[in-house]
Amino acid sequence: MRDVSIIGLGQTPVGEHWELSLRELGFNALNAAMRDARAERVEALYVGNALSGSLTGQEHLGALIADFAGLRGIEAVKVEAACASGAAAFRIGYAMVAGGLADIVAVVGAEKMSDHKPETVTAAMSLGLDGDYEGMQGLTHLGVGALLMRRYMHEHGYERGDFANFAITAHANARANPNAMYRSAISARHFNEAKPMADPVSLFDSAPAADGAACVILAPSQIARDFTDKPVRVRASAVATDTVAAHDRRDPLYLEGAAMSAQRAYAAAGLGPDDIDLLETHDAFTVMSALSLEACGFAARGKGVRLAMDGEIGLRGRIPITTMGGLKARGNPVGATGLYQLVEVAQQLRGEAGDNQVANARLGMAQNIGGSGGTVVTTILERQ
Amino acid sequence: MEVARYWRANRQRYQLVGEVCPNCQGKIFPPRDVCPVCEKEAKTPFTFSGHGEVYSYSTVYQAADGYEQATPYTVAMIRLAEGPLISAQLTDVDESDVKIGMPVEMVTRALREDGERGMIVYGYKFRPVMAVA
Ligand SMILES: [Zn+2]
Repeated sequence: MRDVSIIGLGQTPVGEHWELSLRELGFNALNAAMRDARAERVEALYVGNALSGSLTGQEHLGALIADFAGLRGIEAVKVEAACASGAAAFRIGYAMVAGGLADIVAVVGAEKMSDHKPETVTAAMSLGLDGDYEGMQGLTHLGVGALLMRRYMHEHGYERGDFANFAITAHANARANPNAMYRSAISARHFNEAKPMADPVSLFDSAPAADGAACVILAPSQIARDFTDKPVRVRASAVATDTVAAHDRRDPLYLEGAAMSAQRAYAAAGLGPDDIDLLETHDAFTVMSALSLEACGFAARGKGVRLAMDGEIGLRGRIPITTMGGLKARGNPVGATGLYQLVEVAQQLRGEAGDNQVANARLGMAQNIGGSGGTVVTTILERQ
Repeated sequence: MEVARYWRANRQRYQLVGEVCPNCQGKIFPPRDVCPVCEKEAKTPFTFSGHGEVYSYSTVYQAADGYEQATPYTVAMIRLAEGPLISAQLTDVDESDVKIGMPVEMVTRALREDGERGMIVYGYKFRPVMAVA
């Protein structure tokens, strides 16, 4: 196995890109990352995407984006794992470089959601649930998030307002991120007065659907400095699975997939939660950040929300999360989200996070969660 | 929704037929032929009583295509009396009256309407257990 580094970063703003198609979004991120890496060509491209089949009526994105980017002929494949598609694609790219099968590899996450009416996006998002036993019952992605949040409040004795700091922190951090969808601060009053979307989940618990694409370029660490002055080493990339249906888990409030993928990542890197300087959580819903913090060992069970209430998740807190806005305020272009998380962690480690810079950040982690926890990818990056 | 996919699952969906593990006696729903606890073969059919209690609940306002006529509707996770947890809609109840721990029982209702093919899919929902008069 070879050490692998990120040598280039690219992203489009997250939002509603009426003028851009899926392939153009993917190309824009890829092009930006290749320029950042001063790479003329890549040997392989992996595309993370979750919804193009149902929303855009387009599959086969590997070849489509490779050709559109002027890279006809290279190896290119789409990787799908619901909302974890992005980091799952990264895992494949990482394995290719680590295993010596390729030197320069691009991983793009791209999603196009804004062309469609809400019930169509809801139906597409629900394809990441258990179709026969959740989707068929009329459950939605949002509905599952609500069931988990209600039960979490019941078991651990929290009120809805106790989750406010997750959203307040995400929105505060999005202000200085030029690529974020919602760059406005919110207050506890905004959070408490928000209309429920699926009680107890309100608008401010739930990440918005969006268009966007993000990309990283990978290379063997040994040659990374030929491309960039600020390489970021991949210390671990680990995938774990759990039941797709939340109700099939031994305990729906314990994300075993998240715990297993974090444990595998810690073991691969020889690190533990105390070593991590920042964590990009998969805050599709506020409760998912709490469950992720608990599964990764940053909080005891039932204490993830307490960590937020105590202000420990801010940029100067014990474990800063959603440092560039998270899914909540940067926006959630589903299959691209895992790549946005990795680009943002790498920005922090390169010292390029501007007003959101976590001081002396050396080790950063991202956890990308598919569905309600059926696929979880944990990545640990280090300033090289 | 394809007709074959619907028929394949209709015993589960009409009668809550799952399986029982011959090794640990654990009750399994939906049927999966392998016990999720001891990972051994478990193909013995078992019909659930249809009784359980509410584990969690919420209301869906923004439904997927095929379910929008029914909005808003209440969804729940139900802890079946025999052990498994399942997801289902609640019916014959206002969300404001639903509580975690509330006893419920299975009924058969229309789940979705498929516009193009005009097919109505039926399956299990749960309602509060009626007090005996
Ligand atoms: Zn068993």
